[in-house]
Amino acid sequence: MSEQFYQRDVYGQTLVELGARDKNIVVLDADLSSSTRTNLFAKQFPDRFFNFGVAEQNMMAAAAGIASCGKTVFVSTFAVFASGRAWDQVRVSISYNNFNVKIVATHAGITVGPDGASHQALEDIALMRVLPNMNIIVPCDGPQTASAIMTAANHPGPFYIRLGRSKVPTIENKGEFKFGQAQIITEGNDATIIACGVMVSEALIAVKSLAQKGCKVRLINMHCIRPLDSAAILKAAKETKLIVVCEEHNVIGGLASSIDEIVAENFPVKVMHIGIRNRFGQSGEPEDLLKEYHLSSLDIEKAVLSNIVRG
Amino acid sequence: MANKELSLKELEAKAKEIRRLIIEMLAKAGSGHPGGSLSAADLITALYFNILRFNSQNPAWPDRDRFHMSKGHCCPLWYAVLAQAGYFPKEKLLTLRKFGSILQGHPDRVTPGVESASGSLGQGLSVALGMSLAAKIDKKDYRVYCLLGDGEVQEGNIWEAAMAASHFKSDNLCAILDFNGCQIDGKCEDIMGVQPLSAKWLAFGWNVIEIDGHNMQQILSAYNQARAVKGKPTIIIAHTIKGKGVSFMEGVVGFHGRAPTQEEAKQALRELAE
Repeated sequence: MSEQFYQRDVYGQTLVELGARDKNIVVLDADLSSSTRTNLFAKQFPDRFFNFGVAEQNMMAAAAGIASCGKTVFVSTFAVFASGRAWDQVRVSISYNNFNVKIVATHAGITVGPDGASHQALEDIALMRVLPNMNIIVPCDGPQTASAIMTAANHPGPFYIRLGRSKVPTIENKGEFKFGQAQIITEGNDATIIACGVMVSEALIAVKSLAQKGCKVRLINMHCIRPLDSAAILKAAKETKLIVVCEEHNVIGGLASSIDEIVAENFPVKVMHIGIRNRFGQSGEPEDLLKEYHLSSLDIEKAVLSNIVRG
Repeated sequence: MANKELSLKELEAKAKEIRRLIIEMLAKAGSGHPGGSLSAADLITALYFNILRFNSQNPAWPDRDRFHMSKGHCCPLWYAVLAQAGYFPKEKLLTLRKFGSILQGHPDRVTPGVESASGSLGQGLSVALGMSLAAKIDKKDYRVYCLLGDGEVQEGNIWEAAMAASHFKSDNLCAILDFNGCQIDGKCEDIMGVQPLSAKWLAFGWNVIEIDGHNMQQILSAYNQARAVKGKPTIIIAHTIKGKGVSFMEGVVGFHGRAPTQEEAKQALRELAE
């Protein structure tokens, strides 16, 4: 069993590191600082932390104003609120202005668990992906969360970084994090699985099980959804003939759609979608929900075996 | 920098000139929003020519005062003032809303002097609040001004910003509310009543100054009073007349979002002649 981290713990700690070395880092939260872990920054740098209360629209547009004065602004709340509640503020004041605002949204996806449907963001990637200028990172584990936060701090322009609520296992052997460059976790030419976030560890279980059945699968961690590593996608399409995309997000508009767009225009192969289909979430433990919504390693394995191109 | 202070007479003449430019731009563009541009013309002319600290040759000067037009549809006014203040050549005004122009239909940072895009109502006070917080973080003394519409305060986002600016004691923030009483579909009080405005802002913890928004003396005095107030933000509730300065536009809801025809423009310019 590999080590496990809460991505939001890593986020909070990384913010403190950043804050110590760069006085231009400003952090905002909307009454969820103990959950998003921006409270770690707030404690160290109270003059550069603002709690906006339960008012996400104001927080997003104010982040734009602060950024317009030369600051790098990290702004956090749950993914449902960051993407949905304040979407127009993100669109006009942040994305259109191309300001240096880094939205770090926690508690994304079905694995939020017991809080239920209202709190399970299943459409946030779609909402952010349609905005010009917006960079999107979905880190797969704790260490990658630190890399994503550092990357966002060092690159100008708006970012959306999607983090989960639960602890996630650290994925081994994924190599150095490079912005906009996919990571090949396992090699193989029988099929390709492309996953992001917590689904990378779920996919890895499927890949190991498939290997025992003589099926060598390439597993790609697509941590950057914008900019997207289309070269890695097309190479996989050409070499493996089948792509299975895994995300704890609606199959419409997220990672799956991103892959479809590249493949359909350049090298059509079969692309299967493991994701949420036309349903809201519900309360439950993450593992139960992954099964109920057909996101488990078994579902992934089945999708590969039923669609693999033989010969 | 606001180069030299203009006298009341000079400011009034300047505002008239700005109004003429607004009419010319809109007539040429064939679309746009004259009503609110004309109602706020005195407020913004006074601000740029006697109050605001800026350098049009260096729009990014870090110590500049900030102005943000939250009611972005009134950008013809902003553009006319920016051109007069030297941010770009006056000839550019006639490219308003045309393909490739630096003067977009609603504010965009492509225009020198525009700090932030706007056009989706309700966000600008939050953006201005952010600028005022940045000043506090850096211990800078620049001030932030933000123009709001009265229909605009129907947006919930405005009240989130109002609550926060008071909570953060943003005394370097001054909102200007162009209270002309009209919105696209009719009189504000018929569409969605906004009154009592003064009591609302007072209840949110703001310093409230009510003035006649076409009286230069009162406008300047309000800006100066606002600067002196510590510990809370100020809102200047300016009673204005939509379409002010053009007889057939005054108080006429229809001119919220319709440009004058060539004939109407000619008459308007005659009325606004020096």
